[in-house]
Amino acid sequence: MDNLPALLIASPLIGAILTPVISRLGDTIRNGWVILFSLLTSLIGFLLAGKVLSSGTISYTFGVSSLNQIIPPDSGGIPVRIIFTIDAMNAFMVVIASIVGLCIMVYSISAMQKFSGKDGFYTLLFLLIAGVNGMIVTGDLFNFFVFLEISSLAGAALVAYRIDKGIAAEAGLKYGALSTIGGMMFLVGIGLLLVQYNSLNMAVLASRIQMTPLDLIAFVLFFAALAMKCGAVPMHFWTPDSYSMAPSAVTAFLVVSSQASLYGLFRICYTLYGNVINTTTIGWVIIILGVLSMFIGVTMAIPQKDVKRLMAYHAVSQTGYMLLGVGVGLAALSTPCLLNSVGIPALKGGLFHIMNHALYKGLLFLTAGVIFYRCGTRNLNHLGGLGHNMKWTMLFFIIGALAIAGIPPFNGFASKLMIYESVFVFNPILAVIAMVVSILTLASFVKVFHSMFMGPQLPEYKEVQEAPLPMLIGMGVLAALVILFGLFPQQVVDVLVAPAASALLNHVGYVTDVLGGVR
Amino acid sequence: MIDTLTLHTGHGSWNAVFYVIALVITLIIGWIIWSWGRSDYNTSTQATAPFLSGNEEPAKEAVHIRASNLYWGYTDALSGYYNLIKPLHTGNTADYLLAYLAVTALLLIVVVIFR
Repeated sequence: MDNLPALLIASPLIGAILTPVISRLGDTIRNGWVILFSLLTSLIGFLLAGKVLSSGTISYTFGVSSLNQIIPPDSGGIPVRIIFTIDAMNAFMVVIASIVGLCIMVYSISAMQKFSGKDGFYTLLFLLIAGVNGMIVTGDLFNFFVFLEISSLAGAALVAYRIDKGIAAEAGLKYGALSTIGGMMFLVGIGLLLVQYNSLNMAVLASRIQMTPLDLIAFVLFFAALAMKCGAVPMHFWTPDSYSMAPSAVTAFLVVSSQASLYGLFRICYTLYGNVINTTTIGWVIIILGVLSMFIGVTMAIPQKDVKRLMAYHAVSQTGYMLLGVGVGLAALSTPCLLNSVGIPALKGGLFHIMNHALYKGLLFLTAGVIFYRCGTRNLNHLGGLGHNMKWTMLFFIIGALAIAGIPPFNGFASKLMIYESVFVFNPILAVIAMVVSILTLASFVKVFHSMFMGPQLPEYKEVQEAPLPMLIGMGVLAALVILFGLFPQQVVDVLVAPAASALLNHVGYVTDVLGGVR
Repeated sequence: MIDTLTLHTGHGSWNAVFYVIALVITLIIGWIIWSWGRSDYNTSTQATAPFLSGNEEPAKEAVHIRASNLYWGYTDALSGYYNLIKPLHTGNTADYLLAYLAVTALLLIVVVIFR
């Protein structure tokens, strides 16, 4: 149990390395291996999150046997080893990655059945999971960069996996190029901090950062790179290109990958620079990015004809809600009265929406994958009447669509309500925009629902069958969680969201948990 | 028990279970009203066919409304906005990179001015 943080990375890495070897023993054994290691990785994630939520922050240091060796006596108070720091915020993200990671692996068993090169596919998918898990649990900026690169490169390769007249390769190239340039900018920022503070540990940096001109430049480089990676407008252009071309299971996890970047952005703003930046200014920058993402995302989604491209624009739009909630939390940070009345509820709403979005957007991408798997097209103009033959897929789509549109009693409504109410007190215009975006989201998904499932049975799809069982299981688990989180939102807030919000706000706690009071 | 199932948003509250109960009751009332209808009505006569100025009704498959036909009015009314926003999505990686660098530069200016 003590080594859970290391195992969270080791498990998918072992899965990735050995998958090509296991694949030589046949498809059935390889599928069993993939499911086994996905289960194991998710189980480790849940156990780790449970341990953190029950016992407090875990600081796991590689290469030492006891906690008092974290900071060597001759290091000048600087932890020189690799440290994973998992507080409630990290645990919250680990739970999201564990749920979605398991569902997409189960789904992929059937979804990838027709394709060749499955050993490479699962290897890359495991690497993507390892990269995302690493980004979430590391307490070291350089480690964060390394895991960001692992997830970016694995993601780019997976986007290009299904060669479709070169379009997928182009989409993968775009994703890879922008991610690499963003990563390089991030690395420059790390260098600027390292030369000043002789450390890459986030807790050390958070305790020593002075907001010198170099710190300021580093902050801008971190912020822009992570905002681009999470798909914030106007840096969202890669999102529809990549999300639409990747296999649907990959797209569902690319959403989580983007959310890991979002987590990084919040960690930089709240923990690393929380004490030295002008939180009102940065809060408003995040709010403006959020509003732009919400509005431009949804309005660009409505005229789309490719169902996955449409959903990708909605992913941009939903990221806007998260940015709005967390941005209001940051803008209110410097005013204690405003923080308690508006900031904390908005922050909780924004964080809750991260989890809800991972579930329903994952579900929606998986339903789109089923349509492509059975019908061979994503073009809404060519689809119709599928509800006659694909009743379960239609049901799962309805659940996901109502959740993303914020219709009660699904989970999207609960988090959006928290955002609307708190943001309304902060600035009513922002709340009105958020509500209008929800209405447009519903309109957009009504169009998708009608185009895919309604109408008479079309001759070309008369023989189309329901999705295979593993795909239904993957979607079913996500759909069940969308309903459960919608029916019992307070339990989710109490157990996962509120501790995550407290951890994000507790700048001093993060530092002392790692350094044990040593500065 | 009720409090446990209620989401406290900080400015209000929301109970999804009560909502579901209300929804179920509404559906039951709707079903009861529907069940009062006449079950002996013959739907196979011309009375149920659409009247298309005397023209024959085309096959259902031929008149399925496709995605491009939906929200035409909305996109047409906002054509000014779409004419502005769509060309920005060029699909060109160099343009994507330019947007990223422009935001980085703008952010730097904002952070320096309002530090």
